[in-house]
Amino acid sequence: MSENLHFKDHHSEQRLFRNRMLVAIFGVVALLSVLVARLYNLQVVNYEDYRTQSDQNRIQVRPVPPTRGLIYDRNGELLADNRPSYTLSIVRERVKDLDATLELLGQLVELDDSDVEKFKRRLPRRRPFEPVPLRYRLSEEEIARISVNEFHLLGVSVEAELVRYYPEKELFAHSVGYVGRINERELSSFSEEEVSRYRGTQSIGKVGLERSYEGVLLGEVGYENVETNARGRVLRVLERQDPKPGSELTLHLDTRLQQVATEALGDNRGAVVAIDVKTGGVLAFVSQPSFDPNLFVTGISFTDYSALRDSLDVPLFNRVVQGQYPPGSTLKPMMGLGGLADGVITAETQVADPGFFKLPNDSRIYRDWKRWGHGKHVDLIQGLAQSCDVYFWDMAHRWGIDGMHDIATRFGLGEKTGIDLPREYPGLFPSREWKRGARGVPWFPGDSLNAVLGQGFVLATPLQLAVMTATIANRGTHYRPQVVMAVDGIEQPPEVLQHVDARPEHWDLVFEGMEAVVYSTHGTGKRAGAGLDFKVAGKSGTAQVVGIAQGEKYDSEALKERHRDHALFVAFAPLDDPQIAVSVLVENGEGGGRVAAPVAREVFFDWMSRTYEDTARVDGWRPPMVSSAAGVQREAG
Amino acid sequence: MASRDYMNRLPDTGSSLRRPESFSRRWHVDLPLLLLLMALAGVGLVVLYSAAGEEFHYVKRQAVFMGLAFIGMFIAAQIPLEFYRRWSPWFYLAGCCLLVAVLFVGVGAKGAQRWLQIGGFRFQPSEALKLAVPIAVAAYLHKRTLPPSFLTVLGALVIIAVPAVLIVRQPDLGTSILIAASGIFALYLSGLSWKMIGSAIVMGLLAAWPMWMWGLRDYQRQRILTLFNPDADRLGAGWNIFQSKAAIGSGGWSGKGYMQGTQSQLDFLPESHTDFIIAVLAEEWGMRGALILLALYLLIIARGIYISFMAQHVFGRLLAGSITLTFFVYVFVNIGMVTGLLPVVGVPLPLVSHGGTSVITLMAGFGILMAVSTERRRVLF
Repeated sequence: MSENLHFKDHHSEQRLFRNRMLVAIFGVVALLSVLVARLYNLQVVNYEDYRTQSDQNRIQVRPVPPTRGLIYDRNGELLADNRPSYTLSIVRERVKDLDATLELLGQLVELDDSDVEKFKRRLPRRRPFEPVPLRYRLSEEEIARISVNEFHLLGVSVEAELVRYYPEKELFAHSVGYVGRINERELSSFSEEEVSRYRGTQSIGKVGLERSYEGVLLGEVGYENVETNARGRVLRVLERQDPKPGSELTLHLDTRLQQVATEALGDNRGAVVAIDVKTGGVLAFVSQPSFDPNLFVTGISFTDYSALRDSLDVPLFNRVVQGQYPPGSTLKPMMGLGGLADGVITAETQVADPGFFKLPNDSRIYRDWKRWGHGKHVDLIQGLAQSCDVYFWDMAHRWGIDGMHDIATRFGLGEKTGIDLPREYPGLFPSREWKRGARGVPWFPGDSLNAVLGQGFVLATPLQLAVMTATIANRGTHYRPQVVMAVDGIEQPPEVLQHVDARPEHWDLVFEGMEAVVYSTHGTGKRAGAGLDFKVAGKSGTAQVVGIAQGEKYDSEALKERHRDHALFVAFAPLDDPQIAVSVLVENGEGGGRVAAPVAREVFFDWMSRTYEDTARVDGWRPPMVSSAAGVQREAG
Repeated sequence: MASRDYMNRLPDTGSSLRRPESFSRRWHVDLPLLLLLMALAGVGLVVLYSAAGEEFHYVKRQAVFMGLAFIGMFIAAQIPLEFYRRWSPWFYLAGCCLLVAVLFVGVGAKGAQRWLQIGGFRFQPSEALKLAVPIAVAAYLHKRTLPPSFLTVLGALVIIAVPAVLIVRQPDLGTSILIAASGIFALYLSGLSWKMIGSAIVMGLLAAWPMWMWGLRDYQRQRILTLFNPDADRLGAGWNIFQSKAAIGSGGWSGKGYMQGTQSQLDFLPESHTDFIIAVLAEEWGMRGALILLALYLLIIARGIYISFMAQHVFGRLLAGSITLTFFVYVFVNIGMVTGLLPVVGVPLPLVSHGGTSVITLMAGFGILMAVSTERRRVLF
């Protein structure tokens, strides 16, 4: 019975099982269809969408910063270079224990608290897979130490970056300038286009040519499509549009001349500008004291910066274009020319100089710098040679401020020279309108007497004086001063701003007067031509110091010294075919002829001794004798 | 008791054979199934090579496991079904004890405690239960008249629930579901009344809310929510599914080419060589490749169902059916979760995902299937 039951059960059970299995098969087929439908939906219907998603996933466009244009002096010597600098960065995502990693790094490289602090401030602003810089400018040894320990330092990377380097250090800090990290203020002032141009770029020109030529030095950013993994790490470059490197600048500046001028100025505070008379090109541009621009490139430390900022000698101050000094008697040749051109004086005009001058209907006595005067028959040549004040007072009194203002403006005083450097100051040459507007009082005849001597309201930058001198040397062609000679090898044409018209004999007279400054018995600038085999024409100046041009603090010890007169000297050479014009300012140097003129002499000597071959070819000028004057011991070549 | 035991014994196998034995008969190998499994294992190794970033190390390891698994399958096929049936309570009890041990002395990773450490060897008891539970349920039902009575069903449910709950506690929801499914399939195939199935579904729906509130862990809830709105947390819980969908979808019909899958090769796809390996295949081989894989699975399942149809007694039938349907659940849950149809639970793609124990368990299951398939040939009538 039980066997029977078993068999009966067996069949019904089997039928039952088969029914159940058929339902299950139906379920299996249905669910498999769902999977197939799902695959169809993903892979066929929405294929395009997912393909896009997948591509976006892995392909990122990354900016490739261009290399910044190099800057060379006129002889191809490098003034601004790009050098690889190694930066230590941390990718947060890949670091397990940040504090432990930082501590370990602290044992391997020099890390001060401010590095770590800056790093921690940057950290939350970056995405987890982006490297956050911790230390810049690693030394070779530090790099080696990190690579040896790489195995412990997961998430730590050392990246090379091209960083500006100024091999001449202090020498060109005020002309070439420097770059620094782009700051928040600059970033927020960028236009949309600039934002994209600076993608991937860390630094921007802050001062000097680096700033004024930022547009051409920067270059154009490139792009690359890179394939990344899920952590943003670049695996492969798919496509690349190369960046366009920035343009190269070739300057008129001459490294050796710059060196000579700097050495000649010695420990004095001051400025020297040398200009190529034929083009307006700036050959030397010295503002003393200077500073090492390399300090600023990757961010200057607070200590270094406050040392520079708080120094009484204001090394950061660009005396050449921002120092506004009373030019003193250096204006006299220009004034003389103006007087001649306007017919106020002639070659024959003579003035008796008893040592003082009185305006008609005025009891005030204006004293000449020489108490007993320059004699009874002072003409223009003597007036220039001995810097006779009375001669010019007499002229100024008869001439009036309007004519003086006009000629000064034509020589570039009282307005910016237009040099290709930023933040130039205009100086001041007063006029009736200016005085009424600025001071609210009318022009007094006494003001004209001050103005003709470059005192009173008159202020000029050393650059303006150099431009003025070059314009005289040119017999009236007023070039815009330019530091850059060529961009990417393409010469920048000299630019004539205006022409000062005067009869040739007027120019001859002024030249003669300036020659007499250097070569006549009582000339004030004899030291400018000592031992030179070519002729120098110049004019000394001494400016009373009321306060230093920029209102910085004085300490009582320095006070006395800093109340001394500024010494000035402007000159050009050679006299018969002017090549180079120079202006020298020595702060608190007292005598222009004594202190400033020798500086000009050094500049002339160096420049002419090197270029004599050209000069000789052009107009038969002979090489200078090697001078026996002190301080001129240089290697030949 | 004795007579009843006798009655439920499997038909004797000792009788004579009329024809000379073929290889498959002699060694209890089901040739179609063997060939299909070998094909699948081959595909698995090829995909794994790409998914593991062309690291031969993984492929070699997996090949070794595959070899062991095929040996295991062969051994499992040699064992008479009677042996499985008789020993099933002991397998089952031993398995449950190990699960309890895991809860106390187990070791784990990623917040789960799933392994027992014996010397240098790690062992995951829940894998053993994947076979022990269907065998136990099938053996239990084999002794009873079918369709099962209410009490019988209750007994079977207890057999299923004990290990399932223990495994959920590890926590390992994926394995728990698979084990429960294997038991329930046996119960279903034995003729569980539709009424009971219907009321179970109703009760399940009623229990859904309390389960959601108290039965699930936060991350599990998160995974389910992610299913409905994968874009909500693209970098968090939605990341895996977003990336795997992008991988599969961007494969298109014909795929990006072997080892050319950007999603998988560039590390966007998580778990690309284990649970999400189908996404690698779908990305690189396209829908064509995915369909070929599904076809292979379908053929294996079809063969399993055929074997269960041909089985001569309840135990073999239920066991073969349960193993086959559970195998399908593996496939469906894995592909469903990778394509974003189901929440992400840790279920590997059978014989393709990297991982040793799962391959060995699966192949042992197929060995039992072969034992069932050749068993009928031992039967006289």
